[in-house]
Amino acid sequence: MDSTAIIGTTNKKGQVITDPRVMMNDAPRTPSFFTGSEVIKEAVRRANVDVMVAYPITPQSEAAALCGELFAEGYIGDYFRGESEFAVMSQCAGAAFGGARVFTTTAGPGTMRAMENFPMWAGSRLPIQCIVTCRGINSPLSIQPDTIEIAYLMNTGMLVWHAETAQDFYDWILKGYMVSEEPDVHLPLALCCDGFFVTHTKDVVDLTPVDMCLPPYDPYRSPVPCMDMECPPVRMMRDPFVMKSNYISYATHASWQQEVWAAAERSRKHTIAWLNGLIETEDVDADILIVSSGTAVSQGREAIRLLADEGIRVGLVKIKTLRPWPEEELLEATKHASHIIVPEFNVIGWLAKEIKATIPNSKRVVAGPRVCGGMTLPPEVIVEEVKKAIGIRSGVLAGRGG
Amino acid sequence: MSLDYVKFTPGFESFMPKEYRDMVAHGPFGKKTTVSQMGSFKEILEEHPMCAGCAMTLFIRLAIIAFPNPEDTITVGTAGCGRLAISQAAIPFVYGNYGDQNGVASGLSRGLRIRFGDKPKDVVVMAGDGGTADIGFQQVLHSWFRKERFTTIMLDNEVYGNTGGQESGMTTRGAVLKMAPLGKKFEKMDMVAMAKIAGCAYIATVVPNNPRRVESCIKKAVLIAREVGPTYIQAYTSCNIEYAIPTDQVMADAKTVEDDRYKFAEYVSEDAKAYLAERYGYKEFIQKPVAAVTTV
Repeated sequence: MDSTAIIGTTNKKGQVITDPRVMMNDAPRTPSFFTGSEVIKEAVRRANVDVMVAYPITPQSEAAALCGELFAEGYIGDYFRGESEFAVMSQCAGAAFGGARVFTTTAGPGTMRAMENFPMWAGSRLPIQCIVTCRGINSPLSIQPDTIEIAYLMNTGMLVWHAETAQDFYDWILKGYMVSEEPDVHLPLALCCDGFFVTHTKDVVDLTPVDMCLPPYDPYRSPVPCMDMECPPVRMMRDPFVMKSNYISYATHASWQQEVWAAAERSRKHTIAWLNGLIETEDVDADILIVSSGTAVSQGREAIRLLADEGIRVGLVKIKTLRPWPEEELLEATKHASHIIVPEFNVIGWLAKEIKATIPNSKRVVAGPRVCGGMTLPPEVIVEEVKKAIGIRSGVLAGRGG
Repeated sequence: MSLDYVKFTPGFESFMPKEYRDMVAHGPFGKKTTVSQMGSFKEILEEHPMCAGCAMTLFIRLAIIAFPNPEDTITVGTAGCGRLAISQAAIPFVYGNYGDQNGVASGLSRGLRIRFGDKPKDVVVMAGDGGTADIGFQQVLHSWFRKERFTTIMLDNEVYGNTGGQESGMTTRGAVLKMAPLGKKFEKMDMVAMAKIAGCAYIATVVPNNPRRVESCIKKAVLIAREVGPTYIQAYTSCNIEYAIPTDQVMADAKTVEDDRYKFAEYVSEDAKAYLAERYGYKEFIQKPVAAVTTV
């Protein structure tokens, strides 16, 4: 099918199917004051989604329910509530196997319950988009912001992006489908944000015109057969590899796993074009850098302002994509830095570990400050970490001991 | 699919594998083949790695022959012996995760309906007793309660065969198997009753001894699932390895089990009866005119 032939036609809601580059880069934008959850709804409204499956878990419940309103209005082809996150992700897989564009949302323990699905999605090359509004997964039960689940997602074979703001979220939901559905990528995307901080706060977001939408998904651009019985009925498999203990079997599985990860790497060029790079930098010639992802970047920006007031110059690296991992970009951006501060919203510091494994002289990396369990990350805490790294004594912050 | 997909592009026939040429010349696509013709046409399931004497394999062959529209049928399954055969058939087989076949089939059925509208795309789940009644239980029951329109077939060998003979919920009480060293402590799960409670429009229990009956049940189940609602077939498909049934006695065992706990039973909802009668001309479901009631 010539996918350009449908540009300019309308979908069943009368939205004009628009060249995605025109829609995202050239079309006029309307500033709107929305919560992150409402922004998810507005992006999905323009994404020509066929199927969404929903399940309640804080803090994504509101977004998932708002998408139900879109279904009632006719913007989504089918929508229903599954019975658990594992079931939801399986239902999403089924719809994607059948050639539908699929959207879903989850969070925290839901991400963990669904986890068996994510490597399966990647291995089956299903370009499903899953919004992950991160929250705590520990016991005792917590519903508060915490990004630890991203550490698990990064090893599934999915693309993993980490939005800082509602504006990122809006743009990346739409751009995410464009990257995910490229024939040489064709992988699921976990589009993560920090729960509550992004989902439940209001922000000004520039929206694309409501009468424009993405082109529909074309399942015949998939690198693997669509399971719709619209292709010659060849026997796809002989001697199921699962049962064989021989080199051919191992080599088949090994080469496919490598291909899945290679596909994530191939997404790099598309992602760079759509997101204007895998990272965003400011003043990376500074001796001190704050390198982070998600809302920790916003807190880093505030800390940089506070430090500038004291005459301390600090640069910033915002990591947008965790998979693919911006290795070359980080090597370049950090080459002048003596001190690399990595603020994070989780106890293990997964981002600092990744960065340490990437750059030479990893002793430069300060794996912190880290907060978890729902704690906020005041810029003053980052300021203190920076000062400590460069040997400046600072006043003791309340509640942090002497 | 368009049956044109099955044909050769002119000039390319001699370059195609013999297996595919045979499928085009002698396969069932676009023809009305029946189980009575077995041996005279090329089946959608031929090669398989199943054990000698496997009743499950026979049942799967019969079931696939019975699909009313194989050229537009997609099968879904999960881990277990059955998957090893079904995945080699000449129609697509979707494998998701352990025990999530009814979730995958729910999404698949809905996705295909959005894309193809009224054109029938039959989704058929074939999974084992463990996959259906144990690990997949929640998704099976919920797909029925949601009235998802596809067919669920349980290949019930009353044991986890593929992992080497462990007790399942469908094992009969008292059976000594792996993980039940003192014998199973509770009754075989009554999934037929649960299918009824959950609102399946068609339910049948069968054994593979009677191919025409299997064919008839599968056809009805698949047709009803197109529009009326979920359908469920529970088939006894013995594991001659784990239950040590001599190969030449597999059919005799099935007869014994049929008489004991697998008597043929069929439930057809009133909506399903009317649908089969009106849409597909099933004579036995055509409503007889009700005699005029006379008042005195």
